[in-house]
Amino acid sequence: MIDVNVSLSRYPFRRLPCDEPEALVARLRGLGVTEAWAGSFDALLHRDLAAVNARTAETCRRHGDGLLRPFGAVDPTLPDWREELRRCQEVHAMPGVRLHPGYHGYGLDVPAFAELLDEAGGRGLVVQIAVRMEDERTLHPLLKALPRTDPAPLIPLLARPSQPRVVLLNALRTVSGEPLRRLLAAGEVWVDVGMLEGLEGIKRLVAQVGIDRLLLGSHAPFYVPEAAHLQLKESALSAAQAEALTRGNARRILPAP
Amino acid sequence: MIWDVHTHLAGSGEKTPEESIARLIVAADRMGIDRLVVFMGDPWSYDPSPADLTRQNDQVLKALDHWHHRAFGFVYVSVNHVEASLREIDRCVRDGPMVGLKLWVAGRCDSPEADALVLHAQGLKALVFQHTWIKAQGNLPGESTPMDLATLASRHPEASLVCGHVGGQWELGVRAVRSASNVAVDLGGVDATAGIVEAAVRELGAERVLYGSDAPGRSFATQLAKVHGADISEADRRLVLGENLRRLLRPILQAKGIEA
Ligand SMILES: [Zn+2]
Repeated sequence: MIDVNVSLSRYPFRRLPCDEPEALVARLRGLGVTEAWAGSFDALLHRDLAAVNARTAETCRRHGDGLLRPFGAVDPTLPDWREELRRCQEVHAMPGVRLHPGYHGYGLDVPAFAELLDEAGGRGLVVQIAVRMEDERTLHPLLKALPRTDPAPLIPLLARPSQPRVVLLNALRTVSGEPLRRLLAAGEVWVDVGMLEGLEGIKRLVAQVGIDRLLLGSHAPFYVPEAAHLQLKESALSAAQAEALTRGNARRILPAP
Repeated sequence: MIWDVHTHLAGSGEKTPEESIARLIVAADRMGIDRLVVFMGDPWSYDPSPADLTRQNDQVLKALDHWHHRAFGFVYVSVNHVEASLREIDRCVRDGPMVGLKLWVAGRCDSPEADALVLHAQGLKALVFQHTWIKAQGNLPGESTPMDLATLASRHPEASLVCGHVGGQWELGVRAVRSASNVAVDLGGVDATAGIVEAAVRELGAERVLYGSDAPGRSFATQLAKVHGADISEADRRLVLGENLRRLLRPILQAKGIEA
């Protein structure tokens, strides 16, 4: 299985049971995960993203025998972000980047974000967007006004000639129903089930938007990774649906390393 | 053995209480959940009138009709309508099949109005489930915190109380009720944040920690995963998943002659 949503290093507000890479890898392996797309919690609040990305790459090289695939952090509102993007691809051999618009304080309607999508699209890099990292009601008091990320401005951008490929992480409590259907029809865009909730949540989601744009994402180690995996069982997916969600769809975005 | 202390009828996408509970049971079967505690109807309201309380409790009674062997009901009451709530407790618990009380967000539970409800519940050996949250952006006007519940618990040391959602911000919730030994915490309706169960077991003891889901608004799977994925002993996991809730309900189940 391919888990498109895991994070390395330390969550800023809590130690997590699996926030050491060996423990995370062992836990994911135990659930049948063979590949995990890994960003870094450091990306939320650190300013030196070059150092964050170097550590992410190094951790993925040293732990997990290839299970972890590094995704770099880029903030298009910071000076010289293009060099960060270049290093992600050319120095660290990352297949994509992970953005945190909420924590970095921009909306998807700013020109810098469109420029980043173009640059990444031109380079063939996958762009993950972490729509949120936790329930806003439980945010640290100093972050209680953290801006929400509205995915709607993506719709026109997905049609740009650079043909960006976008994976929205933890998006399903922000967008659902008809707006989600419109978004998923707008271009090369996928969502993970990281923050999906509700009785038979995946089954209901598949009934709304189909299976082709859905990905397994656990948001581990912030969430217990069993949560996403047990949702497959609760929703009693067919074997073909489960294969698409847990492997096939992700493999179409990124070939095996 | 898995007993879920926190489920609802609203939000399943079904039209009738009978269909809603059937939908819950199908998913519960897939997840190995033996019993559900069900409370409140569809639609719900923040500050229900006496008639609305009766309407919602009637829906739960209907849902229980064919499922006594799989579900328990808690009567929905409000501190804003004490007399009507006492009548509902008599109708649904004393003279009916329900075994607990549910208080939501109509008014804070540290108010003197809550005392009569808790005393009446205590006399019937009923479990009292109080929704609690500590919301970063601020609670609803009548929404209780775990600190409010600890205050209520200190006035009623013999009552058996449940702190819903561990207060949402569970690091604070477990602290708030730590010294109130007659308060257990419900793990439901909070994201599957790693460490929640370990923290609750460490600070409160496994005997005071209850698996709950808040389905169908929440998924059984994500909420069970917190317990299945927690780094606790297997004995503690059994307590949290169901044995604790059975122990807390045993007095009223025995008084009613219900085998469970
Ligand atoms: Zn609830």
